[in-house]
Amino acid sequence: MNAPANTLEKVKPMNTIQAVNLALEEAMTLDPEVILLGEDIADGQEGGIVGVTKGLSTKFGTARVRSTPISEQAIIGAAIGASIVGMRPVAEIMLMNFTTVAMDMIVNHAAKLRYMSGGQTHVPITIRTMTGAGFGTGGQHADYLEAWFAHTPGMKVVAPSSPADAYGLMLSCIFDDDPCLFIENLPTYWNPGAPPQVGQRIPLGKANVLREGGDVTLISYSRTVHDCVAVADKLAREGIRVEVIDLRTISPLDEATLLQSVAKTGRAVVVHEAVRKFGVGAEIAALLHEHLFGQLKAPVQRIGANQSPVPFSKALEAAFVPQQAGIEAAIRKTLG
Amino acid sequence: MNPESRVDQAILVDIYRRMSLIQRSDDRFRAVIKSGKIVAPYYSPRGQEVIPSAISVNLTDDDTICTIYRGIHDMLAKGVPSKLLWAEIAGKATGTCKGKGGPMHITHPASGVMVTTGIVGSSMPIANGLALASQIRNQGRVTVAYFGDGASNIGAFHEALNMAAVWKLPVLFVCQNNGYGEHTRYDLATSARQISDRAIGYQMPGVTVDGNDPLAVYAVARTAVARARAGEGPTLIEARTFRFHGHVFGDADGYMAPGEKEAAMARDPVPLFRRWLVEGGVPEAELAAIESAIDREIDEAVAFALESPVPDLAELHTDVLADEVAA
Repeated sequence: MNAPANTLEKVKPMNTIQAVNLALEEAMTLDPEVILLGEDIADGQEGGIVGVTKGLSTKFGTARVRSTPISEQAIIGAAIGASIVGMRPVAEIMLMNFTTVAMDMIVNHAAKLRYMSGGQTHVPITIRTMTGAGFGTGGQHADYLEAWFAHTPGMKVVAPSSPADAYGLMLSCIFDDDPCLFIENLPTYWNPGAPPQVGQRIPLGKANVLREGGDVTLISYSRTVHDCVAVADKLAREGIRVEVIDLRTISPLDEATLLQSVAKTGRAVVVHEAVRKFGVGAEIAALLHEHLFGQLKAPVQRIGANQSPVPFSKALEAAFVPQQAGIEAAIRKTLG
Repeated sequence: MNPESRVDQAILVDIYRRMSLIQRSDDRFRAVIKSGKIVAPYYSPRGQEVIPSAISVNLTDDDTICTIYRGIHDMLAKGVPSKLLWAEIAGKATGTCKGKGGPMHITHPASGVMVTTGIVGSSMPIANGLALASQIRNQGRVTVAYFGDGASNIGAFHEALNMAAVWKLPVLFVCQNNGYGEHTRYDLATSARQISDRAIGYQMPGVTVDGNDPLAVYAVARTAVARARAGEGPTLIEARTFRFHGHVFGDADGYMAPGEKEAAMARDPVPLFRRWLVEGGVPEAELAAIESAIDREIDEAVAFALESPVPDLAELHTDVLADEVAA
């Protein structure tokens, strides 16, 4: 790409809304087969409810940036159909809980058509969806449901924790040949972060070692990565060296990086905002025990949200999600 | 059949060829499955031959279809090669999908069969996407979504028709109304007097046609395809028909009224159309030659399917993801 170098852009912080917008704009500029579908995403409808797609329908036209009816099955169905003849649709399901009304399209069709057709067709769609507790939206607007999709062969599940990661992973998802579910955390959308390197994609299926440390491995993704980093920084002041791994991609899981780290530290804590039971943490704990049983110095700990729907009342909602104190206590437990 | 219709005789014979291929293939499927040589769930389309045959002569290989588990007739009418179809139903490595899809998931992009779904109603949202690609790329291709009367009661039908109408997508929604959704009679499960009445709610043309009348189905499809190609949007076609062999092969049909099936079978559309063609001047020998060629094609396809190897066990792991991430 020959975009003029903008030195300001390289140093100015960027939030996740801006970063995803930039990735979408670049993908649409690179490839005319990239189209966007979703509720309220065109500029006539204010460019998405938090403005992630702002400006794109004005630049690329409403044929390629389409506001849809509130019809999640039809949105994903349209994305699937267009993708099997070579387009690269990015379909927005506004909130992750709304994927539940499109599960047939996602699980029975998007994830399976490559296999069921013997490789004759495939579904290179990206499903953007936002979620996360913290906005007082109660029980049906804030769930983390990634484990359901990670449990579906044929799907890729991606959950960035920073604006720059959101940018690089979004580009990779769009140009990946498999259906990708891309999870954006709603409450941290506006948090500024380092801007991305323009044009630089972040590979799927590769975890990011955010902090290196030899005492314990802390594994997370999406918003709770920030809690993990904060706890790691706090414990560093006591001389406890915590290795923090941001999965970036939940499925396919970067098993090699996890195993390598935990082989080194002998201890692991997995943290996610999704409820703890039957979650991604359980899968990772099983993986670590299967491969490193003799080398583990303590059982792998899992931290997740409370085993309940997301509550409304601020006090309850704040207590529902994993707490930094809980993460710290789990780490100390592994240290004995 | 309306004798006033002026349809080129070659087209009529082409419709008959496709109908005969479906009828004869279905006869053999049931016989071979009964013999135990092939083990597969089979949803016979016998009795519904006219609908995809009279529609498909209006389509090219570039036009696409999405069909359903009772869809062997739609696939054959659209041109899926018999050998590949039979081998897939037999679960062989030489099948359309290397034996990994089976009869409910036949896919053959070269003939435009893009998706076959085992989920009631799910052909329609995906057909919209195929049509959307054609519309954005300005390709002039149309897509046919086939489904049954039962599928008009599921949410996907309503979401898909609404979206297609709002966006004027080049789609034909073709409901093959055979009177039963699984084992439940139409009027016990469906509020609409006829399926086509539902089109008005989506501001698109809705037509009910005798699905066993080749000329009538041909004419309705021709109009709908022309409308779609012209960018004027979708059409809902309800083609009334009857399935001769129940929901799934082996059904006892205990939920049907006594004599209902027998009466429908007495009006078998395949010999009726054949007789009409011969009376209209098509040489009997021409039709007999077509039928012999079909029988040879089926003989070869059956032999090919039975003799072909089963998939290599390595196929278990391939085609899950593009880059074949190890399990």
